[in-house]
Amino acid sequence: MNFVFSSIAPALPEIVLLISLSLLLLLDLWINDENRFYTYVLAQLALIATGFSVLTGENGQIVTAFNGLFISDAMARTLNIFSVITMGFVFAYSRLYSQDRGLFKGEFFVLMLFALLGIMVMISANHFLVLYLGLEMLALAQCALIALQRDSKKATEAAMKYFVLSALASGLLLYGLSMLYGATGSLLIPEVANAIAANTIDPAILVFGLVFVVAGLGFKLGAVPFHMWIPDVYEGSPTSVTLFVASVPKIAAFAFIMRLLVGALGALVNDWQPMLVIMAVLSIGLGNIVAIAQTNIKRMLAFSTISHMGYLILGILSANNAGYAASMFYVASYVIISVAAFGIVLLLSRHGFEGDRLDDFKGLNNRSPWIAFMMLLVMVSMAGIPPSVGFFAKLSVLSAVLDAGYTWLVVYAVIFSLIGAFYYLRIIKLMYMDDPVGEEKLVTEPDHLILIGLNGLVIFILGIVPQSLIDLCFNSIAHSFR
Amino acid sequence: MQAVIDFFGPLWPLVWTLLKIVVIVLPLLGAVAYLTLAERKVIGYMQIRIGPNRVGPKGLLQPIADAIKLLMKEIVVPTGANKFLFVFAPVLAIMPALAAWAVVPFGPDMVLANVNAGLLYIMAITSVGVYGVVIAGWASNSKYAFLGALRSAAQIVSYEIAMGFALVTVLMMSHSLNLTDIVRAQEGPYGLLQWNWVPLLPMFIIYIISGTAETNRAPFDVAEGESEIVAGFHVEYSGMAFAIFFLAEYANMILIAALTSIMFMGGWLSPVSFIPNSILWLFAKMAFVLFLFLWFRATFPRYRYDQIMRLGWKVFIPLTLVWLVVVGVLMQAPFRSLPVLNIWFHG
Amino acid sequence: MTSAVMLFTVFAVILVISALGVITARNPVHAALFLVLSFFTGSALWMMLEAEFLAITLVLVYVGAVMVLFLFVVMMLNIDLDRLREGFWKHLPLGAGVALLMVVEMILVVSSKQFATMTSVSNTTGVSNTQELGLLLYNQYVYPFELAAAMLLLAIVAAIALTHRRRKDSRYVDPAFQVSVKASQRIKIIKMPAEKDL
Repeated sequence: MNFVFSSIAPALPEIVLLISLSLLLLLDLWINDENRFYTYVLAQLALIATGFSVLTGENGQIVTAFNGLFISDAMARTLNIFSVITMGFVFAYSRLYSQDRGLFKGEFFVLMLFALLGIMVMISANHFLVLYLGLEMLALAQCALIALQRDSKKATEAAMKYFVLSALASGLLLYGLSMLYGATGSLLIPEVANAIAANTIDPAILVFGLVFVVAGLGFKLGAVPFHMWIPDVYEGSPTSVTLFVASVPKIAAFAFIMRLLVGALGALVNDWQPMLVIMAVLSIGLGNIVAIAQTNIKRMLAFSTISHMGYLILGILSANNAGYAASMFYVASYVIISVAAFGIVLLLSRHGFEGDRLDDFKGLNNRSPWIAFMMLLVMVSMAGIPPSVGFFAKLSVLSAVLDAGYTWLVVYAVIFSLIGAFYYLRIIKLMYMDDPVGEEKLVTEPDHLILIGLNGLVIFILGIVPQSLIDLCFNSIAHSFR
Repeated sequence: MQAVIDFFGPLWPLVWTLLKIVVIVLPLLGAVAYLTLAERKVIGYMQIRIGPNRVGPKGLLQPIADAIKLLMKEIVVPTGANKFLFVFAPVLAIMPALAAWAVVPFGPDMVLANVNAGLLYIMAITSVGVYGVVIAGWASNSKYAFLGALRSAAQIVSYEIAMGFALVTVLMMSHSLNLTDIVRAQEGPYGLLQWNWVPLLPMFIIYIISGTAETNRAPFDVAEGESEIVAGFHVEYSGMAFAIFFLAEYANMILIAALTSIMFMGGWLSPVSFIPNSILWLFAKMAFVLFLFLWFRATFPRYRYDQIMRLGWKVFIPLTLVWLVVVGVLMQAPFRSLPVLNIWFHG
Repeated sequence: MTSAVMLFTVFAVILVISALGVITARNPVHAALFLVLSFFTGSALWMMLEAEFLAITLVLVYVGAVMVLFLFVVMMLNIDLDRLREGFWKHLPLGAGVALLMVVEMILVVSSKQFATMTSVSNTTGVSNTQELGLLLYNQYVYPFELAAAMLLLAIVAAIALTHRRRKDSRYVDPAFQVSVKASQRIKIIKMPAEKDL
């Protein structure tokens, strides 16, 4: 009996994460509700260990593990470290909110870490099956997290919707993947790419599979017309979970598209490009217009997410490394901003009060100028007003699309980002020009405030000198895809 | 012989297989009949009674009398019962109890079907047995029967997992799913010390106890629970239909006894090297395990339902998982060639 | 007709009939039992393809465990089928139209030349199917296998997190607490002055 077992060292971060989350699950048994803070500390330690193992991993070259099923390249490493750091912020921001609402349990952290594991698996998947398993791991953990507030009808409804639609999307995706497998005879991404590039397969069957794959991708991304779950999930789930749903999984979605469309189906670019154009156009249009009508900030940010995903797709559909890098930069800056936005919504809520209506932002400047200023930064960035990181993100994506020759698409996107600016600026108006509705003091803890400040600082600095992040994204893509 | 083969022509393999099946099933049914007598006698002596002693010499014809009595009785189908399923349930109960015998080896070459995935086949077939109980309980349209069926379903499904894991350690020890190979792997100069029960002692015990629970025997007989839910899932059955459930239960007991003997006690192998291997050893081992079942029934009071579940899920399953790791480590570790360990962990 | 084809026909017919039974049976318990039957025949078909491990696992997992629990739940629920069927005739035209469209599409797709039948891969290694599968699973595909294991752990955590909690509105009996009762807790002897006789 011989074991053909190639090195597993490149997968060390995933292994460390799985082991530490299992340890957390066990140790949490001996921690009672009063000392649950230690669980939080353990979860952060797990993240630190994972992040450390990502950083100490090999650098620069593309390495595979587990017989080629796992790949670790520059893009994977960058996205991994990014996901881990974002996760740390998610934990920190949601601590107080979760404590108030009885969510501060070991399961909360374990489920979150499982979701992160799914994300990391997707990021470095080199095989359709692995990609799918990572996706399902994320979806299952996310579904449980959304429903974690058992007695909330809204949360249960959101979880149910998410579950059903996610199962449907998985079905579509699997059907598409099975078609591709039937056509190419392999599930390994490089082999699929080679088989397609060899040009011996009838394109009809490939496109047939591709349609289903793109539909599945669209759902996971939340792009129109597969966006129905996003607003309900954002609004219905506890804000600490929304914070998660709105941030790290987007990184995974980006990686998913890169692995699947670019890595495996790159040769079919002429077929998927028009599909992505349609999704981008619809997402940017619908997201920006419907967001105007919202009175709940979580719902508003949900529609804003839909439009942002439209912009993200723009970069990918330009189908060159500059475009992919622009999309990566977009997703990175979006995640930074989104985490800050929901972090502030969490700050506004307190025991028995959600603070997620737009009216709750009225006169925030009078109550806390510091938080109001942070929200100002976030909103300016979301709107893409120069000089902010959001502006540079949009700029890089749009210039990539322009280079790809879609001038009308650029004009369209710019017009809609102007329309979108309206509802972001409205928040600023509410904070600075209206009188506050209530006078309650904001309940918070210093670490939350410091981290929000840090987050805001990152947004601010990136708004002035975005080049370092752009370069990082560009190098990662350039070293991973040729 | 040749004349008979020629007479059947191409159908001969089929007829030959059928003959072998009959040769296995008929003695099995006889064994069931006399197991009931043995049960009554053994428990009788344990309770300082004589047991049945009127029909035939020393009561030896008692099972025959019982069978005739049951055959003569009317089968009552309750109103509101689902007729088809009500009649079908006993068949479902007995079918797996008999079908599993196809892969049971009685000797080095004495097996109906020497399939490679025999162990898996056993696990699959025995897991189907629960349907008879569940359907009987539901089709009777009776509360007691339904309660019994639910209890039994949960219990059997729970203990199946522990049994399955215990068998996984056996297959790890023997590197095979073939039951004949499993027995052969226990062959060696040390006789009964070579058998699986020594290195897998906790699994052996768990397997016997889980087997008791699988067959709904005391002290795990909450599915019947005469004192609380009258007779559980077969409360509405009478006559031959009841007799088939009865047959199934005892055939299952004998099956578990045979499997325990094969998996952990070396099947037909002789316990000491100077006496030859023989099928009689297998029968002796089966008789020993069956005696244990009767002994349990006479000794232990019935478990409470939540205790049964706790024992299954919180004690047996973790234990089997731990032992799985222990066996795996012992098989791969360098110290497996140390003096005592190398009796079982060679190769 | 060879015996293999004959067996296949028998199993296939049973499979189709039982699958139809699953969706047409009026009684949910019958539907579940039909599903069991179709699993069984499906497993028989796999057995004919010499995929004995998959066939037996199908019986072991689906028939032996999943469907038992399924049946367990279905039996306990009192499903009112008439209420479920209320909108049946109203929605039939639309549903039938969609179904027809799908059938036409499937025919178009499947009848195209890409879907030629493949020759089956036979096991020529001389090792049993089960062993071969095990080697593949634990060597080549150990990563997805472990991931699937992690996912099952996740499913356990998720299920327990969502369902396991102490309900405040239900009264329950704690047998452990009951059993640990002491005589002193059961009987309290109180000294009372004797009553005056009337």
